[in-house]
Amino acid sequence: MTSRIIPEQLATLPWRTLLLVTAIGTFGLVVLYSAAGGSLRPWTLPQGIRFFILLAGSVVLSRIPERVWKAAAWPTYGALVLALVLVELLGAVRGGSQRWLDLGFIRLQPSELMKPAIVLACARFYDMLPPNETRRFAAVWPAAVLIGIPAAIVMKQPDLGTALMICAGGATVMFLAGIPLRLFVGGAVAASVAIPLAINFALHDYQRNRILIFLDPESDPLGTGYHISQSKIAIGSGGLWGKGFLNGTQSHLDYLPEGHTDFVFATMAEEWGLVGGCLLILAFLLVIRWGIEVGQRAQSRFARLAAAGLATTIFFYVAINLMMVMGLAPVVGIPLPLFSYGGSSQMTVLLCLGILMSIDRENRKTTRW
Amino acid sequence: MRRPPRVVTEMSQAYSFSRRAWMLGAVQGGVGLMLAGRMAWLSIAQNERYTMLSESNRVNMTLLPPRRGWIVDRHGVPIANNRTDFRVDIIPDRLRDKERVLPLLGRILQLPPEEIERIAIDLDHAAGFQPVQVAENLDWERFAAVSVRLPELPGVAPTRGFARNYPAGAAVAHLTGYVGVPNAEQYKKTRDPLLVTPGFKLGKDGLEKMLEPALRGEAGAKRVEVTARGKLVAELATKPDVPGKTARLTIDAGLQEYAARRLGTNSGSVVVIDCRTGEMLAMVSMPAYDPNSFSDGISHLEWQMLSDDDHVPLMNKVTQGLYPPGSTVKPMNGLALLHAGVPADARVNCSGAMRLGTSVFHCHKRGGHGPLDLKNAIMQSCDIYFYEMARRVGYAAIAPIARTLGMGQKFDLPFSTQRFGTMPDPDWKLHKYKRPWTVADSLNASIGQGYVLANPLQLAVMAARIASGRDLQPSILASQVHRDAPALAIDSENLARVREAMFGVINQGGTGGAAKLLIPGVAIAGKTGTAQVRRITMAERRSGVLKNGQLPFKLRDHALFIGFAPADNPRYALAVVLEHNGHTVRNLDTPMIGRDIMTYMLDRERALKSLAEVEPTWGGDIRTRMAATAASYRAAQSAPPAAIATKTDATVPSDAPAVENATDVANRTQADLATAGGGVAEDGTTERGQ
Repeated sequence: MTSRIIPEQLATLPWRTLLLVTAIGTFGLVVLYSAAGGSLRPWTLPQGIRFFILLAGSVVLSRIPERVWKAAAWPTYGALVLALVLVELLGAVRGGSQRWLDLGFIRLQPSELMKPAIVLACARFYDMLPPNETRRFAAVWPAAVLIGIPAAIVMKQPDLGTALMICAGGATVMFLAGIPLRLFVGGAVAASVAIPLAINFALHDYQRNRILIFLDPESDPLGTGYHISQSKIAIGSGGLWGKGFLNGTQSHLDYLPEGHTDFVFATMAEEWGLVGGCLLILAFLLVIRWGIEVGQRAQSRFARLAAAGLATTIFFYVAINLMMVMGLAPVVGIPLPLFSYGGSSQMTVLLCLGILMSIDRENRKTTRW
Repeated sequence: MRRPPRVVTEMSQAYSFSRRAWMLGAVQGGVGLMLAGRMAWLSIAQNERYTMLSESNRVNMTLLPPRRGWIVDRHGVPIANNRTDFRVDIIPDRLRDKERVLPLLGRILQLPPEEIERIAIDLDHAAGFQPVQVAENLDWERFAAVSVRLPELPGVAPTRGFARNYPAGAAVAHLTGYVGVPNAEQYKKTRDPLLVTPGFKLGKDGLEKMLEPALRGEAGAKRVEVTARGKLVAELATKPDVPGKTARLTIDAGLQEYAARRLGTNSGSVVVIDCRTGEMLAMVSMPAYDPNSFSDGISHLEWQMLSDDDHVPLMNKVTQGLYPPGSTVKPMNGLALLHAGVPADARVNCSGAMRLGTSVFHCHKRGGHGPLDLKNAIMQSCDIYFYEMARRVGYAAIAPIARTLGMGQKFDLPFSTQRFGTMPDPDWKLHKYKRPWTVADSLNASIGQGYVLANPLQLAVMAARIASGRDLQPSILASQVHRDAPALAIDSENLARVREAMFGVINQGGTGGAAKLLIPGVAIAGKTGTAQVRRITMAERRSGVLKNGQLPFKLRDHALFIGFAPADNPRYALAVVLEHNGHTVRNLDTPMIGRDIMTYMLDRERALKSLAEVEPTWGGDIRTRMAATAASYRAAQSAPPAAIATKTDATVPSDAPAVENATDVANRTQADLATAGGGVAEDGTTERGQ
């Protein structure tokens, strides 16, 4: 328990976590500075401004009481599903796929926001579900539908990575809510059967290629496998201490594709080595552990499920992205939160953080009473 | 069967959450550890491998084609050397947006539209990794203009390198061969990256091909730091190339060029041999292609022009051309007759014809020579004498001596295609044609017709062996001269007699008077020859044998000459063979050509002066005449676009169909003549009747 010295608004903030998040974000800015060849533009400056604005925003969000999030869970979910449909329709009208809505001042990517929204919606569902229903079928299918609808639309966009994250986020909440374990075991078995089938029949050619190439990147070193090969080269050539700040050749000579977005970890690893990579992983794990702890301390079922679910969403971002850049997963286009250049994932993660801090604040209030 | 449903309360739910959240956290921690482990595996365990890959990304190695070893003559004068060359190629694999790049490149380099079209066609045929030549021999300004605009020209590769240069041009074409870009098969066989490096060329034919391993050298490498898009960031250390070794020939470059020019418009060949060592001082086959333009890559049109030419410029007549040696075998016959015990003063009466069974064999002199001995028979080139003597001793007594003198022999020389002809004897015929040798065969062979076929090199060797009395072996590489040749197994007194007769041919009113040297105190000894390539029918003989000038080129007689000088102390021996020359123009006939080439060796000034006088009469020097021929051929053909494309297939002059055809036709004619019976008559030389 932190001290209860006034001013209360500041004291109740989880300073250690905010510090960690700021450290991660700042480190990301440093890496982007190097990726741009030692220049604030075009990435560090806008990313930095956005980061601190969004961080401040998340602190503001932390002031919103838990019940507001709870109340907003359904409407947000509904609105985002509508937005997803709208995006799909717009895409159909204009020809070609589209993932965002242009609201004039911002390009809103509904699928990105759906990642925390699905967690909130599922948490809200299990919050409403009477405890004795938990082990019945009625506890499973509505959640499956909740997850299935946005996942299917996103999959159709097609955005395999985001669809997977929506499913994973929802499934995490189901798991935490106490759905019988055998369902997950059964699900895993079903998935191991379904995935090869899906690869062969349900995926787009480029998605199938990515997966096949992931299994054997050297088969196409200049095509789709190029990303994975170059990323592994960047990480592997970094060694223990890295090549030094601004000395990465893979990123500076453009061998590493997407070195400032999805593959920013490789850019970092090349210059900061294993040490930098492990510190970053540790920092992320600490933030995520804090999120889970927030859930464990939470009093309401909604807060518990939402907090642990949101923390796990951040975890999925990190884990999928790192597995991708290290050649352990296919290239699915998941950025490294707080690190990759780009506003959407930054916003989502800091939104998660804001909600987590809001729950955390509620916890302290409760304990104080 | 069914388990009683577990009662779930809020308390148990909270407990279950807490347990599962802990599990989740543990899994997440585990994944974190796994990621760190994976990263350690990549960056520590496999660091070496990935560091190397990262280096090979960063550093772009460009092979520098090695400078090819020179080919120099016996005095060190370059026959093939290298000149600095600024060139531009396109690597088809890396070319993007051909429609934009080609016209832009054309503008920068100021290429004519035909060239752009040629490049476009070549690109369509190209095998992806093989560079397509855009332009060679660029001046610095245009080369620099391409270099600075390189980022706009993906796939375009400007290189500063070395191009092969043959100062004497066509005069050495069949000696050196030429170099060219490796073909796709050669690359697929070795996968040597050097083979697809722009500007690299390897020997395609002749000595360039046979001496390839020594001449090639080792490639250097230029290391530059480049971005993924190929933009140059920095130049790193460069490893210089190791130039190929110089190949020194026994050839005398001046003589080689002189002989080539002296052949004039003839389709012919010259070999000059040093009588003391067997070194080849000249090996000329004309007309020829220009190895400089061959090395740049020639068009289908040029190839067609060379293939269509009835003077067969693609053929190395010295090693590939086979000719009936005609009367040039008579000194050799003389040696054989003496060896077989025929007295030198035995006489045969020549009445102009000799009956054998139902056939009549004629002498070239219609009225006959009257009675003559061996010396006079050689001097007058009397056919009847040799018919009669061959009939007496049989050809089996002559063939071994012929072989001793080099007929039918294959020499150890670095040329891939050597045809070594036929020195027939009864066993050979029985084996080859399953028919017994006849007296008529002996008669035909005795005047160097019938089955007898030789290449010009063999004729020169024969002259050199008669002149030196030693078993000389020809050599062309200075490092492989066969010195200290043993004496021939032939009585030196007989050799002296035959040399004396050959002296008489030229200096004592024989058939070769035109070859008489104009240098005071030095004499040439030799023997002329004429080889008929058609049958003369009885009807034609009655109405008067057609003059060569009345016949189409392909039916005219071959003219031959062998000789050595100085006659009393032989230093140089030579053979001149002129296809279908027909003895029509004195200046362009064998004796005078032979004389002038000998003169060059003994008195250079005089030889050059006489060439300067006669050369304009046949249209100037080699380059001038070749340019004129090419221009008129191009004018006569309205070239289809495909014809301007660079010829990329593997056929080289030595294997050209045109060469095969020419040889086949010649062989068939010869076989026809040999089997026809009735005999062919020898025609003497232009000296007749003087």
